[in-house]
Amino acid sequence: MSLLSVRDLTVKFAMRDETVTALNGISFDVAKGERLGIVGESGAGKSITGFSLMNLISRPGYVDRGEILFDGEDVVKMSDKRLRELRGDKMAMIFQDPMVTLNPVLTIGQQMIETLLAHRKLSREEARQIAIVKLREVYIPSPEERLDQYPHELSGGMRQRIIIAIALLLDPQLIIADEPTTALDVTIQADIMELLLELCQSNKVGLILITHDLGVVSQMTERTLVMYAGRIIEAGRTREIINDPQHPYTQGLINALPQQTLPGQKLRQIPGNMPSLTNIPPGCPFNPRCEYATDLCRTRLPEIAQYGQVQVACHEVQRLQAEGERQEQKA
Amino acid sequence: MSTETITPRAEPSRWSKIVNSNMGYSFRRNPVAVVSLIIFALIAIAAFFAPFIAPYDPYDPAQINIMNSEYPPAWIDGALPEFVLGTDDQGRDLWSTILYGTRLSLIIGICAVALQAFLGITIGLLAGYIGGRLDNLLMRLADIQLSFSTLMVAIIFLAVTQAMFGSETFNQYAVFFLIAVIGVAEWPQYARTVRATVLAEKKKEYVDSARVLGFGPMRIMVRHILPNSLSPIFVISTVQVANAIISEASLSFLGLGMPPSQPSLGSLISSGFDYIFSGSWWITVIPGVVLVVLVLVINLLGDWMRDVLNPKLYKG
Repeated sequence: MSLLSVRDLTVKFAMRDETVTALNGISFDVAKGERLGIVGESGAGKSITGFSLMNLISRPGYVDRGEILFDGEDVVKMSDKRLRELRGDKMAMIFQDPMVTLNPVLTIGQQMIETLLAHRKLSREEARQIAIVKLREVYIPSPEERLDQYPHELSGGMRQRIIIAIALLLDPQLIIADEPTTALDVTIQADIMELLLELCQSNKVGLILITHDLGVVSQMTERTLVMYAGRIIEAGRTREIINDPQHPYTQGLINALPQQTLPGQKLRQIPGNMPSLTNIPPGCPFNPRCEYATDLCRTRLPEIAQYGQVQVACHEVQRLQAEGERQEQKA
Repeated sequence: MSTETITPRAEPSRWSKIVNSNMGYSFRRNPVAVVSLIIFALIAIAAFFAPFIAPYDPYDPAQINIMNSEYPPAWIDGALPEFVLGTDDQGRDLWSTILYGTRLSLIIGICAVALQAFLGITIGLLAGYIGGRLDNLLMRLADIQLSFSTLMVAIIFLAVTQAMFGSETFNQYAVFFLIAVIGVAEWPQYARTVRATVLAEKKKEYVDSARVLGFGPMRIMVRHILPNSLSPIFVISTVQVANAIISEASLSFLGLGMPPSQPSLGSLISSGFDYIFSGSWWITVIPGVVLVVLVLVINLLGDWMRDVLNPKLYKG
């Protein structure tokens, strides 16, 4: 049985004039110890997905329908008490900006020890020892001294390591990392990702990595979901999605990578912007930006369906594949 | 005895940390703040140790002789050398009475502010963190409370209690009545400030991450949001202490505060007021000067603190 199983998750936001659907019928699974990437543009619903897994959607947002089964128990229906037991203990979350995620007025030690004491029956000294062990695991030099320091005394990379240590403090089964390196220096980004990968592999922790960086996803994850306008449009093994993307949007994302362009050439962007959630076009939400769009795309929403190795939500996927093969034969 | 070994640490002591902090630095660079703090400390110490410093006990009727009344201060002709600042209308040594009175004024001011802070911070935290209907309800209550002036509420409350319990009982518990009425009348100041800061703090990611770590709402409010909202609380606290002292003095001056047998600065000023035209100006003027200086230095300290803790100038 999979560790996390999301079925038909729909999250809506009740705005003043209308109700906006931020997530529309999302379904996916994460097996124990599996690493899953969620990719998409800003506003595609990646972060909302992460938040709703912890049942952290607050007003005006709400879960309209669907279920989130964690270890067989529905997170959406959990009591507040049960949720508090789950959060931090079984599921942990790492946020974008390490500069603001730690409480500025508490020392690192206070924050770590309190987290431990909130979930486990331990003495302060035992908790302190665990905190030191965890800080050592994320390669923090002289952890005993760091415990008495305040967040502002540490660098961004160091803080993100500490946040990872806090996330791992209670040996969770699943870590949700919401763009964990976006706010960091490029050189440190790679270090942090490597650390996260190493820790997930050695501790057999599941990871949901939310990012817009396809490069990171290809290094870190085993499976990938591509999201667009609150829906999953392509899902499958990361290798297949990166090497042979089926959906025109995923193809566009990969072609837009700077590595795919020769020096001196213009970057191949996807034309246009993602539609605002209040104004999603009828049919396939991607159709106004899609060069292959047909009348069918403009009127009917494509269902996500198995196609070869991956699941794709596109009407034209078969035609595209045939065309691609023809071009290859010509060349 | 336990044989606990304390490992010596190379890091600076708490005191030198305070002295070398941004606040300590700006304090040393600001002569107004330094002088204000020195004067405030002198007044506070003198008031606190009044029983040891004062030559007479103004609360002890046995030490008071009505024949000594209205002697002028020592530098004026006709003064008695044992009464440095002269005597009041009942023959009490003015210097001793001022010391005891200042002590009362400070105690009432600080306790009333502690009560205000307790009520205001609790209500502000709840309103800001929980929000929604509770927020609306509490803030409308605050608006209603603010639309009554503090003095009006206090006068009505004190007059009613005085009539209910009779003068004697009232005089006995006047300190508590004053603390209660000044404390309750001014809580909205705190509640509004705290609520505004909580609304800003609540959106920060460390609150999300506290929720993600499975902390309950009580803990998040008290342990995470409150310590991050302290700077505005400090600033209004100083100003509110000054305000509370003034309120107490005004009420006592109107005869609704401390009784003449246990005078605060306000009731001392009031009792001397009857004699000001018969030439005994010192009974009113000297306690008046003490009151003005006390309130002034507290306000100056509050001004300095507001500048230092201003988030636009200083990031904590």
